[in-house]
Amino acid sequence: MDTLLLSRIQFGANISFHILFPTITIALGWVLLFFRLRFTATGESKWMDAYMFWVKVFALSFAMGVVSGITMSFQFGTNWPGFMEIVGNVAGPLLAYEVMTAFFLEAVFLGIMLFGASRVKPWVHTLATFLVAFGTTMSTFWIIVLNSWMHTPQGYEIIDGVVHATSWWEIVFNPSMPYRFIHMMLASGLTVAFLIAGISALRMLWGDRGEDVKTALRVGIITGASLIPLQILAGDFHGLNTLEYQPAKVAAMEGNWDTGPNIPLVLFAIPDEEARENRFEIAIPNGASLILKHKASGVVPGLNDFVSEDGEVLHPRVAPVFYSFRVMVGIGMAMLLLSWAGVWMLRRYGAGHMPTLPLYAFCAMSFSGWIATLAGWYTTEIGRQPWLVQGVLSTKDAVSDVPAGMVLGTLIGYLVVYAVLIVAYIGVITYLARKATRGEPYSTRGYPRRGEANVAALQPGE
Amino acid sequence: MDYFGDPAVWLPWTFAALMGLSILIYVVLDGFDLGVGLLMPLAEEDQKDRLVASIGPFWDANETWLVLAVGLLLVAFPPAHGVILTALYLPVFVMLIGLILRGVSFEMRAKAPIAQKRMWNGAFFAGSLMASLSQGFMLGMYIMGLTWTLPHVGFALLTAVFLTVGYSFIGAAWLIWKTEGALQERAIGWAKGGIWGLVAGIAAISLATPFVSVRIFDKWFSWPEMLYLSPLPILSAALVGFLWWKLSRLPFRDDQWAWTPFAAATGLFTLAYGGMAYSFYPYVVPEKITIYEAASAPESLFIILLGTLFVLPAILGYTVLSYYIFRGKATALRYD
Repeated sequence: MDTLLLSRIQFGANISFHILFPTITIALGWVLLFFRLRFTATGESKWMDAYMFWVKVFALSFAMGVVSGITMSFQFGTNWPGFMEIVGNVAGPLLAYEVMTAFFLEAVFLGIMLFGASRVKPWVHTLATFLVAFGTTMSTFWIIVLNSWMHTPQGYEIIDGVVHATSWWEIVFNPSMPYRFIHMMLASGLTVAFLIAGISALRMLWGDRGEDVKTALRVGIITGASLIPLQILAGDFHGLNTLEYQPAKVAAMEGNWDTGPNIPLVLFAIPDEEARENRFEIAIPNGASLILKHKASGVVPGLNDFVSEDGEVLHPRVAPVFYSFRVMVGIGMAMLLLSWAGVWMLRRYGAGHMPTLPLYAFCAMSFSGWIATLAGWYTTEIGRQPWLVQGVLSTKDAVSDVPAGMVLGTLIGYLVVYAVLIVAYIGVITYLARKATRGEPYSTRGYPRRGEANVAALQPGE
Repeated sequence: MDYFGDPAVWLPWTFAALMGLSILIYVVLDGFDLGVGLLMPLAEEDQKDRLVASIGPFWDANETWLVLAVGLLLVAFPPAHGVILTALYLPVFVMLIGLILRGVSFEMRAKAPIAQKRMWNGAFFAGSLMASLSQGFMLGMYIMGLTWTLPHVGFALLTAVFLTVGYSFIGAAWLIWKTEGALQERAIGWAKGGIWGLVAGIAAISLATPFVSVRIFDKWFSWPEMLYLSPLPILSAALVGFLWWKLSRLPFRDDQWAWTPFAAATGLFTLAYGGMAYSFYPYVVPEKITIYEAASAPESLFIILLGTLFVLPAILGYTVLSYYIFRGKATALRYD
């Protein structure tokens, strides 16, 4: 394997590992703020108990996100020096704004949010919680702006082979940005909804019947059920946007080789890039045309349009895009079914008397949001190949000349560390759930709603 | 944009200054919390929680200064970013793995089953050690002009050890300020044991730098520059003397002066750093690329600078707020 492919795999591995944790913290920050505000409004201790359980998951996820994110900022230089040399004038300011408006806000107020509850007034603590959630969202915004610009660049000119910004408005509000941002925010919301529902279901299966668990289960299921239709809608709009700007990607997603009307929706197939056809295809007639053009005779682009006269392939590799798109959509459908069934069962049985089968199902889906999010990102990022910045910079022109052996060695190092950490992370979350089920108290002091915080005697070792 | 003369001159200068400032802030702030990590194996089991508690609310924001520093290098001097980081590929990898281990075990040691706590304490130390050593190594390689020859690597290994001991010193100085009783007394002992690393490190860099390039030698050893620069070594020597004197007398009654070792250590780091910045200016890649050659387009730098002018004071403001809220002696970390 050469440096290019290894560097792609390494960056892919790092960014895949990294995105898992922001996907949780982006939405969990807002959920924590919700728990905090509900407690302030009602004074019911279950909200604070739920807050205290999930804030630990938040702290852990946040730390994992920070340290894996630092890796990213260095890898631009170590593996992809060409990226910043060519498009640095656009990417630079966007990244700088992310660090300045988001990272510091999150990191500083996280300390106050986690450890400051007994040191500041309750409203300051609530404000810190808000600022952390706001910071994670700002961070999402800036990084999505940059990513979207790499897919649908505009507002720039090229002087001596280097990109220069001409309109920051056009760069920030590039055509795919709103779709991508909404799609990612909803993905984060769904990931967290199913994580909360899943871990709460696990605690109920272990025999925990605490009010906070029931409440968390309810919040998880209802959030999931209300976000998933919005996500399907947002995904559809995003797909139409991609069709307009990156037709080769859509052709790969649909597994469609020849441009034409009445294109079927391929449910399953094994795309064969050598023979340029699908094997074992199961398809719904006219499906793709109906989805993408909203009429059966709609013309859908095919992959063969993106092969040049001399046989150079200008579309992404089909199989990874094709499969990861189906994994994402499949999980989305499973989420829709389960969460709506869950809402129905909440009405019929109540959160405290849910039958075991749906509880097991929610347990199994705890981390389904991660898989769907990764699959979605693989679809869009592999789908942009061979470009790094669509039409501006190809991936092979950005890679560094570091020896392949060095990239391979460090790649193995990263993979080992990441594998251990993922196991440890999931292990600790289930351990925290187990500990909470045993009924160990979250807090030994009465939590004030308003007014001055009262400081209880400190206990060592907590 | 033209108010201060040619923007292709003052913008790169401003960004070099901003980047230098964030590296310095990073070295001091993450220096003390990496140092606390390095001291972990020396502390008794029941003191380890307090060690971690002393940096708990801060470490995350401290590390963000590294992201800002490397971010500024990335956005303001893109070619230099590529050259420096590809030359330092392996030490960067070691540092990143170290930072990952450290940050994760920080959380895990408190949340994982108690049986695993020893292991995560070990990972916390190992991560801190990897990060410190690799940063010292990168410092040495940078001074030697980023070329991998045997003597250069030897020098870099030396600075790796010195910086690591230096970090443990500023970590101990932080603990003198933030802890009390038996732990504080131990921290004073650690600081006495670690001060040589800082002194040796500063001496090694000061001696080596002028001999790496004639240009740097001339910048220091010519008249009247020598006169203007003389406060740097004199102040440094005075601070070392002050530290030596204070450490042998601490702790005082009512915990007076407990903050002074940390302040003096910060002063020492700042002076040494200032000297280095003077040596290397105007180069961002030593003797190869100047900040003016590597700078991004003035339009892009200007748009970042606009934001910086508003955001940086806010960042400094709420950083100070956080240190104010968690002032005084470190107490156990609690979420409630």
